[in-house]
Amino acid sequence: MWYLCVFYHRLLDYRIPEFESLADLFGAFGDKRSSDFNTQDKVLQWRLPKHHHPDSPFHFVHLPYEDVARKIANRSILVKGIYELWGEGNDFEELEEAVKSYPDERKLPYLEYESTFKITVDSFGKVLSLQEQNERIQGLSYIPFKGRVNLKNPDHNFWLMETDENETNNGLPPVVKRRIFFGREIGVADRKLIPMYQLKTRNYLGPTAMDAEMAFLMANQAQAAPGKLVYDPFVGTGSILVSAAHFGAMTMGADIDIRVVRDGRGPDCNVWSNFKQYGLPMPIGLLRADNNLPPWRPGLKEVFDGIICDPPYGVRAGGRKSGGRKLLKGIVSPYTVPDDKRADHIPSTAAYTLVECVHDLLDLAARMLIMGGRLVFFYPVLREDGSVETHFPEHPCFKLVATSEQMLSSRYSRVLLTMVKTSLYTEELALAARIKHLEFRENHLKWLENGNLHSSVFSPADAESGDSKVSKESKLKYRGKYV
Amino acid sequence: MRLLTHNMLSSNIKGVTKGFPLKIEVEKVVEKQVEINHDFLRNIFPKIDWKAFSDAARTMGYVELPEQAPDPSVLESDLDFLTKFHHALLELHLEEGALVCPETGRKFPVNKGIPNMLLHEDEV
Ligand SMILES: C[S@@+](CC[C@H](N)C(=O)[O-])C[C@H]1O[C@@H](n2cnc3c(N)ncnc32)[C@H](O)[C@@H]1O
Repeated sequence: MWYLCVFYHRLLDYRIPEFESLADLFGAFGDKRSSDFNTQDKVLQWRLPKHHHPDSPFHFVHLPYEDVARKIANRSILVKGIYELWGEGNDFEELEEAVKSYPDERKLPYLEYESTFKITVDSFGKVLSLQEQNERIQGLSYIPFKGRVNLKNPDHNFWLMETDENETNNGLPPVVKRRIFFGREIGVADRKLIPMYQLKTRNYLGPTAMDAEMAFLMANQAQAAPGKLVYDPFVGTGSILVSAAHFGAMTMGADIDIRVVRDGRGPDCNVWSNFKQYGLPMPIGLLRADNNLPPWRPGLKEVFDGIICDPPYGVRAGGRKSGGRKLLKGIVSPYTVPDDKRADHIPSTAAYTLVECVHDLLDLAARMLIMGGRLVFFYPVLREDGSVETHFPEHPCFKLVATSEQMLSSRYSRVLLTMVKTSLYTEELALAARIKHLEFRENHLKWLENGNLHSSVFSPADAESGDSKVSKESKLKYRGKYV
Repeated sequence: MRLLTHNMLSSNIKGVTKGFPLKIEVEKVVEKQVEINHDFLRNIFPKIDWKAFSDAARTMGYVELPEQAPDPSVLESDLDFLTKFHHALLELHLEEGALVCPETGRKFPVNKGIPNMLLHEDEV
């Protein structure tokens, strides 16, 4: 059946991937266990309302049954609500005609005597006064409501929603024409999560902690859920794992920086306390390890259901790996640490380049994810001539299922990549990946040379100030992927 | 550090061929309650190296686990086993101590529950 899906007008590129990840999680594509990882494309059918731009908050989506729609809406971060559409039109006459011709057997069960209901009027792009709202509700008298109104806790919620045709800068795509929708609510989102988990009130914070909304989106892309184990190899302050734990997953994390992962800012301000703050189960394990030389035992594979991370790109939040720079180049021979100094010795590290870091991540994920498991991570891109280069890292074990861009400035974006493991990890595939990696490295020497680029993409100041600036400006003119 | 983590780790010092299982040096063990999730236990059971796991549990002072890996059917029927497996896997913590490389004797310290697996520059 087709449903009306209304999105928040935010993170436009993330909306449909989040929806489809959740649809898959909640069984819209059939039983998980029997599905063929390789062939099945887990994409839904989408339609736009008449005259609407793809960036419009209004979409129609085809789902197998109502229960899936409700579960998606309740868990999603970017879905405002999902509705059974009873009618739509360019004006109220057209709407009336449409609602009247919608089949009675779909309508009458929700209009009965014993039931309670509420009608909400919502408008996009302009504000309606209380009086205007009441007039619109009166105008629906052609619908035979027999139940009682209950504004607090009704059995059925109905929505009258309209978009305005005005051409002014209302934050919506300019091509939107006036359109009116009337429908029955199937499920709405719980945005309370976002203020509840906002970083401002987070106990232990680092300069690159992931903001709550994005962390939840990442956990949804990874399909975090009870009974699953989710790993973050660059765990930092744990902000991504917090969102996975909120959705019931067990979590595990590693970081090369012992101060960050073990010490924090004291006994009540560290990675553990970030979970305690929200009453979430603690991570199953936290360790200090270098993702370039992961300490997993040989033969261990397919233990994680999801790997989610924000890898260390750039200079400020840049990656380090074991072994000094000169040492790795073979210029100096290893410094033998004297026995009496071993315990307190701080090993020297070398810079960890973007391409190498991504290669290690893909190799780790190929080995350690279960079949059908998901790898979700950020990748920086340079925007050239207003468009994004579309060359993303590849691995023979993975299928790229979503790319969601967030523009951080006119030149830089970060793209959230979602990959599904579709092939078993074998020695041959690992070798093929190594060769691909070398080719990729050739093509991306410019990334290697220019460390500052990554730091501008990922410097937290950029991301944060960008965020608040953008949300103000977006009210003034249409900003597409900036929002 | 829970025993699940211990079961996944090995010494990856350059040249070491048998870095697993790491011996546990116990200074302080604490117990932390974790809500039991049967699906999780069933998923993780086949990934566990049982000998290393039951030996590690004994080192930590927990002797209720069978020495031989039980048949996976116990996961469906035996609640008592699930409870013990859960306890040893997720509720026993090595808070302070070390993990010792079986080949070289190199100690990886465990501090505030966090194993430090980073290698020195002459070990990579
Ligand atoms: C962008 S931050 C991620 C922050 C994290 N999402 C949080 O919530 O705080 C990258 C992290 O990777 C760590 N890191 C850098 N190089 C690493 C390596 N080779 N192996 C493991 N972690 C590394 C850094 O210490 C840093 O904490």
